[in-house]
Amino acid sequence: MYAVTLADQTDFDGWRHAARQLALAGVEPGDVRFSVVGQTAEDLFEDASSLLPEPPAGAEFTVPREVVKRLEQVIHHRDPDRFSFMYRLLLRVSREKNLLRIASDPDIQRLERMEKSIRRDAHKMHAFVRFRKIDVAGEEWFVAWFEPEHYIAEREAGFFRARFTGMKWTILTPWRSISWDGADITVMPGASKEDAPADDAAEDLWRTYFTSIFNPARLKVKAMQAEMPKKYWRNLPEAPLIPGMIAGAGKAAEEMIARAPSLSAPHHARIQEQYWEPKKMGGMAEEEIAETLDALEKQAEGCRRCPLWKDATQTVFGEGPRDADVVFVGEQPGDQEDLAGKPFVGPAGQMFNATLEEVGIDRQRVYVTNAVKHFKFEPRGKRRIHSKPNSGEVQACRWWLDQELTLIQPKLTVALGATALTALSGKTLPVTKNRRQIVTTESGLRVFVTVHPSFLLRIPDKETAARERRLFAEDLAAVRDLMNAA
Amino acid sequence: MAQLSTLEKLAILSDAAKYDASCASSGSTKRNSLGTGGIGSTTGAGICHSYAPDGRCISLLKILLTNFCIYDCAYCINRSSSNVRRARFTVQEVVDLTLDFYKRNYIEGLFLSSGIIRSPDETMGQLVEVARQLRVTHRFAGYIHLKTIPDCDPLLLEEAGRFADRLSINVELPTDDGVSRLAPEKRPAEIRKAMGNLRMKIEEKSEPTLRTKRKERFAPGGQSTQMIIGADPANDDTILKTSARLYSSYHLKRVYYSAFSPIPDAKSSLPLIQPPLMREHRLYQADWLMRFYGFEQNEILAGQSDGMLDLAVDPKLAWALANRQRFPVDVNRGDRESLLRVPGLGTKAVAKILQVRRYRTLRLEDVGRLCQSVNKVRPFITALDWQPGGLTDNPSLKARMTPQPAQLSLF
Repeated sequence: MYAVTLADQTDFDGWRHAARQLALAGVEPGDVRFSVVGQTAEDLFEDASSLLPEPPAGAEFTVPREVVKRLEQVIHHRDPDRFSFMYRLLLRVSREKNLLRIASDPDIQRLERMEKSIRRDAHKMHAFVRFRKIDVAGEEWFVAWFEPEHYIAEREAGFFRARFTGMKWTILTPWRSISWDGADITVMPGASKEDAPADDAAEDLWRTYFTSIFNPARLKVKAMQAEMPKKYWRNLPEAPLIPGMIAGAGKAAEEMIARAPSLSAPHHARIQEQYWEPKKMGGMAEEEIAETLDALEKQAEGCRRCPLWKDATQTVFGEGPRDADVVFVGEQPGDQEDLAGKPFVGPAGQMFNATLEEVGIDRQRVYVTNAVKHFKFEPRGKRRIHSKPNSGEVQACRWWLDQELTLIQPKLTVALGATALTALSGKTLPVTKNRRQIVTTESGLRVFVTVHPSFLLRIPDKETAARERRLFAEDLAAVRDLMNAA
Repeated sequence: MAQLSTLEKLAILSDAAKYDASCASSGSTKRNSLGTGGIGSTTGAGICHSYAPDGRCISLLKILLTNFCIYDCAYCINRSSSNVRRARFTVQEVVDLTLDFYKRNYIEGLFLSSGIIRSPDETMGQLVEVARQLRVTHRFAGYIHLKTIPDCDPLLLEEAGRFADRLSINVELPTDDGVSRLAPEKRPAEIRKAMGNLRMKIEEKSEPTLRTKRKERFAPGGQSTQMIIGADPANDDTILKTSARLYSSYHLKRVYYSAFSPIPDAKSSLPLIQPPLMREHRLYQADWLMRFYGFEQNEILAGQSDGMLDLAVDPKLAWALANRQRFPVDVNRGDRESLLRVPGLGTKAVAKILQVRRYRTLRLEDVGRLCQSVNKVRPFITALDWQPGGLTDNPSLKARMTPQPAQLSLF
């Protein structure tokens, strides 16, 4: 039997040195006893050798760096058996490859539980330390008393330094105390509660806040205690209020419910008159026929002609000169258009703009709009998947498109894709067959037919994509020639 | 009116803020004060410094700048027709309170909201000024969450994003109809546009700029929203549909569900009942299924005729009971997606299972060590030494998995 005496509760270097020697000599876990200096008088009577065994010449002992790091953390646990558990684990890791990856192994499970407990204790220390301000030689100093479950105070000094850098503070704990004077961390011996200040003026404010933020109609005492166990209460200035708050909650909630609705507050009528009455008037009804495009746009903002408005952010109306010779009609706004409230600003719009520029059409001179003016989509996690408007929606939205065209009176309309062509012509015509043709509608509108730029973005094959892009540019060049000829 | 003390104002203006469900201080960038010598840090995770007996964590000083408001939203204690006592903090008072509380380690930071007085710009301007003084004058590195006012000047929004970790705009209620009935002055279209603008701003600022190649700091904790549950007749399906739309459209970090709770001096148009806390809890669980478990919104309630989540069992178990043909899943072979659908296996347990099974074939006992409760999982999995047999399709399975009513009421 070997006995190892560590210098203190978290003497990892001492433990590591001993464990290494023992492991090199092939000592099994059952043959070692670890203790902390001054804490195990009875060990003296056992037949134990405090001398570590000599390792055989040339012996090697290696373990992954990760296990060393994890054991270094676990030594801060309060479990008195941890030193021998750590040694057992160390040996197992050296013999069983991948052991650390096997979370279902009982030893690994124990390791994880210990780590979790330490993390939780550290988290609770971060949460439940309560500083009280005192005056030290004319300077503010903040002092707290805290009782962690494990030997973590020294380890957590870094957290408090990074958070309260601009403050001078001391945290007293039964095991060790830590202090920050603005330049250095000092570690001192443990202290007792009486060493900490008894009160702080800010605590009245804090208790007022704690009481006022509580909603008596939503009592969930179990949930509270799961996160704020009673063992922490004795050092929390707000905790003594809790029993009273719980006891009074039922009555407070009942009173709230029982109280009859009262008359409006005296200033309510004045506020209504000043802020809201004027706004409730005005606004143009949809049934009136708009005489300008601006008026039409205003009407369309509140469009409820089909259900698409419910999910979309806003109506995306057409954009461009009110007397443009050419009107481009796309399908519907996409994700970006829906946010920006402008047509053709997303990826397809950028492709469209680039092609216009390439063939020499000034976007400032043309009017661009969509057959359907609300974005239709399916939510998929953080994305919105474009979904094609159905004929009912296209039909409903023609109310706006027809009026746009009537007010603008363009010489030429360009249908970008099938939906636009349907909306403009009122019937289903194949795009490919009519591409680069001019279809004249029943109302006498001349419609040039081409594809929608988003189609170009969806072609996976590079060569095909390049070819289609060229074809699209040629289409737009034909539009340019028609514009110039007019 | 006599001058109110800071203590009196704090009582009024934190009482006025308690119906806001959000209190998260997580999801922001990590930072500390070592470099600046100021006060404050964020670790990314957020720390709950206390808990009220309503079970809700207190991590932030959650207050209103003022509870005067020109809006008259029926569900809100601060509406203009309410007879509640009114108060107004000065910018200085809020800054001092935040620092005093933070230095004593009572809080993680500030969640500042406000009733709207005079104009949206004036109100928003004051909120931004609080954040600016904290950040610039006092080198405060703690968490700041500002509630933004939908109609305010975009420049103010830009400043708010520079100083705050998170910005939020409440959608108020699950449907536009609900808003127009209960909050007649609020305009859902404006709220949506504001959230859209915020998403665009967050995305724009997260692109490295040409000149500096560095990202500008803009609301690193993203944006969130809140809707009130149970004040209007919207069912759970409608509520989750709204959430799915909000997550996908505006990339929200969180949608908070706040069970409508009786307020003092309530309007007669609203149900004065105990808040449906269980329903709220189920909605949060369903929300998690959408965000972390790969569920689509329309799957969660598929086959449920009334569009309401089952209050007796959690939504994942309810889904599994309604889709038993998908079970059992083999824990040694099933893919991540199928494992995530097993009731009782969380994201962490699934990650562990996937790792362990590269080296070991799992027995039921092993699974038991990797999850909270093997009893919950048992009917839905197979393992090396375990077949659920007829258990998966047993008609009484739901009854077996349902806790006794007496236990239920504890939550």
